[in-house]
Amino acid sequence: MAKITYIEHSGKSHTIEVQNGLTVMEGAIQNNVPGIDADCGGSMACATCHVYVKEEWFNKLPKKEDGEEDMLDMAYEPNKFSRLSCQLTVSDKLEGMIVNLPEKQA
Amino acid sequence: MIDTDVLVVGAGPVGLFCVHQLGIIGLKCEVVDNLDKIGGQCIELYPDKPIYDIPAIPECTGEELTNNLIEQIKPFKTNFHLNDRVEEISKKNKNWLIKTIKGKEFKSSSIIIAGGVGSFEPRKFSVKECEKFEGKEILYSVKDKTIFKDKTVSIFGGGDSALDWAIELSKDSKVKLIHRRDEFRGAKSSVNKVKQLEKEGKVQILTQYQLSSVEGKNKIENISIKHEDGKIKKIETNYVLGFFGLIMQLGPILNWGLNLDKKHIPVNTETFETNQKGIFAIGDICTYQGKVKLILSGFHEGALAARGCFKYAKPDEKLRFEFSTTSKSIHERLGVKK
Repeated sequence: MAKITYIEHSGKSHTIEVQNGLTVMEGAIQNNVPGIDADCGGSMACATCHVYVKEEWFNKLPKKEDGEEDMLDMAYEPNKFSRLSCQLTVSDKLEGMIVNLPEKQA
Repeated sequence: MIDTDVLVVGAGPVGLFCVHQLGIIGLKCEVVDNLDKIGGQCIELYPDKPIYDIPAIPECTGEELTNNLIEQIKPFKTNFHLNDRVEEISKKNKNWLIKTIKGKEFKSSSIIIAGGVGSFEPRKFSVKECEKFEGKEILYSVKDKTIFKDKTVSIFGGGDSALDWAIELSKDSKVKLIHRRDEFRGAKSSVNKVKQLEKEGKVQILTQYQLSSVEGKNKIENISIKHEDGKIKKIETNYVLGFFGLIMQLGPILNWGLNLDKKHIPVNTETFETNQKGIFAIGDICTYQGKVKLILSGFHEGALAARGCFKYAKPDEKLRFEFSTTSKSIHERLGVKK
């Protein structure tokens, strides 16, 4: 279990306890956090669960696989802290992680 | 006006298998899809990627799955209306009247929406002013490459489309290839070719840049691109091409009077009918308690939706359950020779 904070583009913040093993994307979808679409359902085929991970957390995450970086090319306004939240699996280590959501997903 | 029993919207795997199920129970159908080929996401997103969870098929690619499904529905000689999109629907007496963007009209007693997560449309630049020039100097696909002759063209993207067009247009135009990172995901041979063209001075490659603004009154004059580190660079250009792949948009389906749950259409799990009588939704686009977005679930949904259409198509007949192993009428429909 880890508390993940999702901050919408408007600044509105949602802190949610997400079960270990779920992805950061699933944590948002199951709790109706707006701003993450996840059209493809988590198969890394759409880039609509794009988040910006706060810098101090970004470096702690497991590195991106090739496919994720390719998919991020298609995300809306990606930057160097961009990740696809469907590729971030929640564990105790992520306790307190903060992710910012882009203005929109597409 | 094309008269049919069922209009199927979407030619992905779920739509295709549903065509099979409609054919088996003796219903006619027509299929509309806005891509230029059959196969939906399987063909558009992962033609070469193996799929491991189709029952009884240990491994197959998106393309193989599509080809097998096309083979399976051959006996029904279904018409596909590709490169077209259903725009408007209306109810007249007991039928639905359907109009497409290209002006085709259908009359059918049911509609089955097997539209994935909507129709594929190009992803666009996030810069607002781009809308003003869209379709004129800012393009997301190339229809007539002669317009670029002797002009400066700025191509954004890192995949095959961006690389291929950079190579092609470098013959007659001044090309700038702009991408958000140093690595290009396109084919290795194309990446090498573009780098060769850069050495020859025919293509300028600018990486770690993204579009930040567009200037010009009636025509584009300059664009600004922003580096990862924040520096802004202004470049003169006549045309801007963006190749960021495709995104799925629900599009006109939003206006059909269907209940929506986020981007999905709630259905009952008996027939996969929506809140509108005679409109069914199957595959990724539908939602219900316990929904799993697997192709195999979509096959099941299609089989039930097809049967749900029967009472609208043939209100005076009763649908009898039959097995394809033994049913004579199914064999006739399939053209099985004994």
